Amino acid sequence: MSDPAVSIDRARASELGLTARFFKATELDTRLLGMIGALVVIWIAFQVLSGGQFLTPRNLWNLSVQTSSVAVMATGMVLIIVTRNIDLSVGSLLGFIGMIMGVMQTEMLPKLIGFEHPATWIITLGIGIVAGAVIGGFQGFIIAFLGVPAFIVTLGGLLVWRGAAWWVTSGRTVAPMDSTFRLMGGGPEGSIGSMWSWILGIAACVAIVIMVANSRRQRQRFNFPRRPVWAEVFMAAISCGLVLGAVSIANAYYWPIGIVRKYADANNITIPDGGLFISHGIAIPVLIAVATGIIMTFVTTRTRFGRYVFAMGGNPEAADLAGINTRWVTMKIFIIMGILCAIAGAISTARLNAATNAQGTLDELLTIAAAVIGGTSLAGGVGTIAGAMIGALLMQSLSSGMVLLGLDTPLQNIVVGIVLVIAVWLDTIYRRRTA
Amino acid sequence: MSTAQTPLIDMDNISIAFGGIRAVDGASVNLYPGEVVALLGHNGAGKSTLIKILSGAYKRDSGTIKVNGEEASIGNPRDAKAYGIETIYQTLALADNVDTAANLYLGRELMTPWGTLDDVAMEHSAREVMGRLNPRFQRFKDPVKALSGGQRQSVAIARAILFNARILIMDEPTAALGPQETAQVGELIKQLKSEGIGIFLISHDIHDVFHLADRVAVMKNGQVVGTAKVGDVTEDEVLGMIILGKCPPGAIPGPGAVN
Repeated sequence: MSDPAVSIDRARASELGLTARFFKATELDTRLLGMIGALVVIWIAFQVLSGGQFLTPRNLWNLSVQTSSVAVMATGMVLIIVTRNIDLSVGSLLGFIGMIMGVMQTEMLPKLIGFEHPATWIITLGIGIVAGAVIGGFQGFIIAFLGVPAFIVTLGGLLVWRGAAWWVTSGRTVAPMDSTFRLMGGGPEGSIGSMWSWILGIAACVAIVIMVANSRRQRQRFNFPRRPVWAEVFMAAISCGLVLGAVSIANAYYWPIGIVRKYADANNITIPDGGLFISHGIAIPVLIAVATGIIMTFVTTRTRFGRYVFAMGGNPEAADLAGINTRWVTMKIFIIMGILCAIAGAISTARLNAATNAQGTLDELLTIAAAVIGGTSLAGGVGTIAGAMIGALLMQSLSSGMVLLGLDTPLQNIVVGIVLVIAVWLDTIYRRRTA
Repeated sequence: MSTAQTPLIDMDNISIAFGGIRAVDGASVNLYPGEVVALLGHNGAGKSTLIKILSGAYKRDSGTIKVNGEEASIGNPRDAKAYGIETIYQTLALADNVDTAANLYLGRELMTPWGTLDDVAMEHSAREVMGRLNPRFQRFKDPVKALSGGQRQSVAIARAILFNARILIMDEPTAALGPQETAQVGELIKQLKSEGIGIFLISHDIHDVFHLADRVAVMKNGQVVGTAKVGDVTEDEVLGMIILGKCPPGAIPGPGAVN
């Protein structure tokens, strides 16, 4: 006689179809997969409609840079929405901190340490991050300890910080930015070039393989059920393929001819007959966004803080009864959000090469939309960083594609609004069927 | 049960009011090692509130709590846990969206030497403790939302006994369970009792707990009607205490008893 439990399990396994077995073995998140599917559909649609202009290295590279700022903020918005809060102030906060950083590097620091000092960018960024942490912490304190709903506090923040951004320079636009600071915004200079892109890409692949092997060894340590080897290899191969694919696309986008000429003149290089091709490689803002995403994923999945965030979202009362200091965790979430706004502010002021008081207007809605499209549930307790970042990419793909098609701005807004509602509706259906 | 022994828990003259309503009014109960005390009363009699004061969920307005004869300051659930007081709430108080291991260790996670969550080690002990409570339980990867009522209950119980509790509070532990699972909980209570753990059983249904308890304490309108050893009173007499507040001869009357 065989062990009944085993035979039941086997019977169950054979009941599953081929696809179901595949998903069970790979433990793929079908929701995330659905989003990537939607992204692919949108990309192909724009590619066809624009007559092949969408899926070019140039457009994809620009898309990645344009997504960075909102993607950085979306990672923090996930934590906020997971704990059943909302932050409407991120766009204004981005504008205000961007303005602080702008004034800092164009007006304050040149007087103190000199114009174009090599440390200007890091001091500026540091001050921005501290300002973000303080403002975020202040809002978080009011929400967590004084018990004012996050919606109201951050709605107030939306007005306050936008006003403050204006007030710093009485509405004057501040430009130009420090040349090192500007690298955070991308462009030919603000990209790491072909060689470093490949090095990073390969390092990422090595890291993926090590991580897969490590988690497998961990589960082996206690003799837990493991994924089949083919599934592990398959997942690692797909991930590495995506990384290297992204690198090769970034490397296939070359510097514009004018900049190449200037560069050649400056470095006494004669341009060969076929033309000189210099790859952009991965843009620095994209690297910042990816690094933020990795750190935030680590924080949410591997640390105590992250565990508490999700537990609080699932059942605030249970979290309290388990002895979690829920107020302090809430405040910390808003501090993190403030810091991320500062980083996003640095990216967008650097990219624009100016700090304006309208910077980041409506970004709060894009950020919330990115998180929600990315599977963060407004009911709390559910959401992933990766999903939110793909959500940001999806939103940006839509607007960038519509610009490419020459659609008017009002029409673009209409489409984005409709897509948001449909996305959440589909998600509701998905959850109802899987619950 | 010798009265010379120091009680594990001695709650004396506890009161708490919510906006003018005295939910608990001068209630005193105690609990000895290896003893099961059933706290009975109607819905709204104040039993859950009294017990939430012990578990740190509510702060009492007045009264003292002694643990092992020494006065204890319990201001929040963390304090209570530090005294070895574990609670299984009626609502179970599980975070529905995370898995079993995460719930078992919520607030007391195991960490790796690098300061990250040691999920594998947590899952390992989760499998161990769940194997003892509910050997057929296999769904360690699912969020607890996906589990059945009985499975959720065993997760909540496992969480309470995982950390070497000395005092266990069970609020309506069998209300959501089928007959077989109820019997399992009964077995578990006997086992824990033999290990010297003191248990408060809270129930509004006397039949659930009468055969499990050593003593009963009955509450009505926030006050203690009386306490009695199970052998000294009949179920009907206890029912009279719950419904009418009438203290039978076998019981020690409290401030809530009707003459």
